[in-house]
Amino acid sequence: MEISIEKINYELREAIEERSNQKIINCYQCGKCSAGCPSENLMDVPPHEIVRMLQLGLIDEALEVNSPWFCTSCFTCLSRCPRAIDIARIMEALRYYNLNDVFQPFDPNVLSDEVKTRLPQQALVSLWRKGT
Amino acid sequence: MHNQSQSFRDSTISTARELEIELEELPDWYCCGAVYPLRSEDLISLLSPTRNLMGAKKEGKELVTLCSACYQVLKRTNYLILNDADKREKLNNYLEEKYDGSTKVLHFLEVIRKDVGWEELKSKVKTSLTGLKAAPYYGCLLLRPQKELVFDHPENPTIFENFLQSLGCDIVDFPYKTECCGAYLGITEEKVINSAVLKIIQGANKRGIEVLITSCPLCLYNLEAGQKELMKSGHISKPVPVLYFTQLLALALGLGVDVCHFEEHQINPLPVLERLK
Amino acid sequence: MRNIGVFVCWCGLNISRTVDIKRVVEETSSHPQVICSTDYKYLCSEPGQKLIKEIVKEKGLEGYVIAACSPGMHETTFRELASRCEINPYLCEMANIREQCSWVHEDREEATGKAIKLVNMAIEKVLHNEPLYPESFPLNKRAMVIGAGVAGMQAALDIADAGYEVLLVEKRPFIGGHMTQLSETFPTLDCAQCILTPKTAEVARHPRITLMPYSEVEEVKGYVGNFEAVIRRKATFVDWNKCTGCAICIEKCPKKIYPEFECGLKEGKSIDMAFPQAVPYKVFINKESCIFLNQGKCGVCAKLCPEEAIDFQQQDQLVKEKIGAIIVATGYDLIDKSELAEFGYGKYKDVIDGMQFERINSSSGPFSGVIRRPSDGKIPKEIVFIQCAGSRDREKGKPYCSKICCMYTAKQARLYKHKVPDGQVYVFYMDIRAGGKGYEEFIYRSVEESGMLYLRGQVSRVFEEDGKLIVWGMDTLSGKKIEINADMVVLASAIVPSNGVKELANILKITTDEHGFIQEAHPKLKPIECMTRGVYLAGCGHAPKDIAESVAQGSATASKVFSLFSRNSVLAEPTVSIVNKDECSGCLSCETVCPYQAIEKENYRGKVIAKVNSALCQGCGSCTVACRSGAIDLRGYTNQQIMAELEALLWK
Repeated sequence: MEISIEKINYELREAIEERSNQKIINCYQCGKCSAGCPSENLMDVPPHEIVRMLQLGLIDEALEVNSPWFCTSCFTCLSRCPRAIDIARIMEALRYYNLNDVFQPFDPNVLSDEVKTRLPQQALVSLWRKGT
Repeated sequence: MHNQSQSFRDSTISTARELEIELEELPDWYCCGAVYPLRSEDLISLLSPTRNLMGAKKEGKELVTLCSACYQVLKRTNYLILNDADKREKLNNYLEEKYDGSTKVLHFLEVIRKDVGWEELKSKVKTSLTGLKAAPYYGCLLLRPQKELVFDHPENPTIFENFLQSLGCDIVDFPYKTECCGAYLGITEEKVINSAVLKIIQGANKRGIEVLITSCPLCLYNLEAGQKELMKSGHISKPVPVLYFTQLLALALGLGVDVCHFEEHQINPLPVLERLK
Repeated sequence: MRNIGVFVCWCGLNISRTVDIKRVVEETSSHPQVICSTDYKYLCSEPGQKLIKEIVKEKGLEGYVIAACSPGMHETTFRELASRCEINPYLCEMANIREQCSWVHEDREEATGKAIKLVNMAIEKVLHNEPLYPESFPLNKRAMVIGAGVAGMQAALDIADAGYEVLLVEKRPFIGGHMTQLSETFPTLDCAQCILTPKTAEVARHPRITLMPYSEVEEVKGYVGNFEAVIRRKATFVDWNKCTGCAICIEKCPKKIYPEFECGLKEGKSIDMAFPQAVPYKVFINKESCIFLNQGKCGVCAKLCPEEAIDFQQQDQLVKEKIGAIIVATGYDLIDKSELAEFGYGKYKDVIDGMQFERINSSSGPFSGVIRRPSDGKIPKEIVFIQCAGSRDREKGKPYCSKICCMYTAKQARLYKHKVPDGQVYVFYMDIRAGGKGYEEFIYRSVEESGMLYLRGQVSRVFEEDGKLIVWGMDTLSGKKIEINADMVVLASAIVPSNGVKELANILKITTDEHGFIQEAHPKLKPIECMTRGVYLAGCGHAPKDIAESVAQGSATASKVFSLFSRNSVLAEPTVSIVNKDECSGCLSCETVCPYQAIEKENYRGKVIAKVNSALCQGCGSCTVACRSGAIDLRGYTNQQIMAELEALLWK
């Protein structure tokens, strides 16, 4: 892989940093976030590698992986991160950037009636919030 | 809560009355938004929790929540307003009146601790839950990020344990109590819930836990719905009922099963609770 | 008025790139008192100094200004040159046109203007300066070493061997420090006790070392060469002149405790000796747990002691000692792990720290050197080491690297494999920092020979399930989340300064950094000197370091003491405060503000006035500002001199 000043997408990286209010370069890649992540097994790429991709300026690649959609914002990573990086916020920023490309807003009509009556509204509201 | 969680509502109202805690429904309340907005420029989502906080201020009262998600959203919003002058000003531009972050947000458990106290609570128990192997399930939203919520220790929280101890329960040390249940992802990605719930329930089974206690409707739903799926697929054989802390409290205070609305549950807790009578 | 010269340095391009040297020379040469103004590429070089010397002689200069770098860099150079030119050194002033001008400005015009002003100020200063002569004071050639760990012992031995008296003060009841708790040492796997006991024995029998175990320094007054210390000798409740170390008392003492030495892993008694090779080989009573001292009953030890050495009436004693130099070797502790709750230390018995592993591995430890886990005494078959537990963690731990953990983890893992050949070792690490002689080789020999598995990443959580410790970690090299069912977990915990160092630093008037480590006078060039003259530092009280470095620092501080003690008197800087006796009103505001207790009282013409003890005065100038009548002046920085500089700045 060739890395150059042209290839590193500083502009988008800065935009992600601003939206998430996180300094991506602060991460020293200890992997503690991934080690405690409840969704790591479902992600294409574990959380710390997403941060690494952003550090290297591989923004397009980072936008392609499914990992942000599996982040539940449980803040386990943040609460243990030795560098206080809020990965949930970075994931949120990534979701924001590729919403229009890959995300289909969820249609509640696909749910069974039973689920619809039992499911707390909180769940649907959160899902729509994350996806809009 | 009015239409889906009567169990949570009625058990809270009746226990509060019994414990002489005055609760009052906030007039003209708004939905808090369910998730705390994580993008730094997203201020609009903060407006409804802010309006609730302001409403409580107008009443001159503390704002008490039952649900962990509401607690997270309200408390973090208040933290932001208190600590970020720039955001506070921007938010206030949208509001009819200025709000300064002075409302105190409390979880109902904190209210019980503050107004009743664990020792006093013990003396009010009519049906001791002695012998019931219970473990709390804190989930995420009450604990993290600790700096903003200051609810309890993020790794070793104890408030639920203190509560359960007062009711006479046998407390079981449950390391999964702070692990995530999968949150709203369950709707679209069943496997998230299944993998998260499987770990939690296996952990509970291993420790002989008879009932899990929570304060979050979504945690409760996921743990129940997930277990149902996992039972079907044969991944677990012994389901663990999940209760709101207020339901257990109602039982201990001798308020009967009616206020608990156990019929709402997907995993019937009655067989486990039967022997307590 | 004296005739003076101005010398402007280019410092290569450092100054000349931004400052127009030629103009500075021209502008300053117009001053009536400046006989000569010139420039040179490197004034500090030998030809540069020779040039100055020649011009001084040729023009008959009586003082000069050096416009160059910071006085912190080269003031000594040019003041010594002044002496050689037969000019009083205090008639040489430096104008800092590098750090405070060329390096911080970009605009050449502005920088040149500022440089000219700075030089003009220095010219006025030199014109108003007075020749100053340093005072000399007698010197007490006796050193005090605080802390008898390996660094402190080395310093004490070197100083004593050189023929000087040493007072060695140690807060624990035995000497040797943390090294006495270690099993083996990296990278040679020498037995720690075997290499340490010759030193402790030598310290104990050295005729010029006065050992003060179980003692703490409470107060220090005075100045370099003439310190006076008050030391609290804590009561051991045993007359050590009588105690033979027969241990009958230990055997019969009914009170069991978990002493600090064994890190809570092994039972001891309320009357005890820390370990079998303890120096001094004497018992002591733990005041907090002793039944007799707390309830007035028992006294079994007193009844059985054949030497009648037990003395429940013993009190702490305060002793005063005079010394000329102080070495601070206060050592380290391990970080409090309650904030690192995700690792479960304190909650699960089989999660231990590095020091506890040392005790477990030690033949005098809780399991006589067999590696067993604390909870049930089983031999752990799978063991996880977590490096950087609290180190490099600016959120819940310490931002710095504790330096020795990479090495001692490899050592501990290897010693484990020696004793449990069929066991498996996992080491979670972030980086391996093995920058010492033979260190990198040691790490790789450990990996190759012992088959331990290094996993590159941190651990997120440790918890107990089915009698095992579940470790959730990450291996960032494979990108895989790792789950290990371990029998024991060892946390390579961050090193922190030992308890009480802050208080001691206040007593000694030395500074500590944000983490509580003692601050050196200069990070590169004065790494073992403290800010206060005559106080030196060695070992981990300064920063995390290994045994070899601590020993080297101990010896280095000894050599500083030699050079101090090789003189018969100490010269003090003459830039001290002086009181104008007639103007002093005796309000003594100066006494309150002086951080060095250098203000004394004096009777003068029927009134009490302030007097400066010039040996204690460090020339900070606080008193001159506090004095309402302007009666105190700081030599070398008098009000008149500073006003002259300001005039040059504002009106010339």
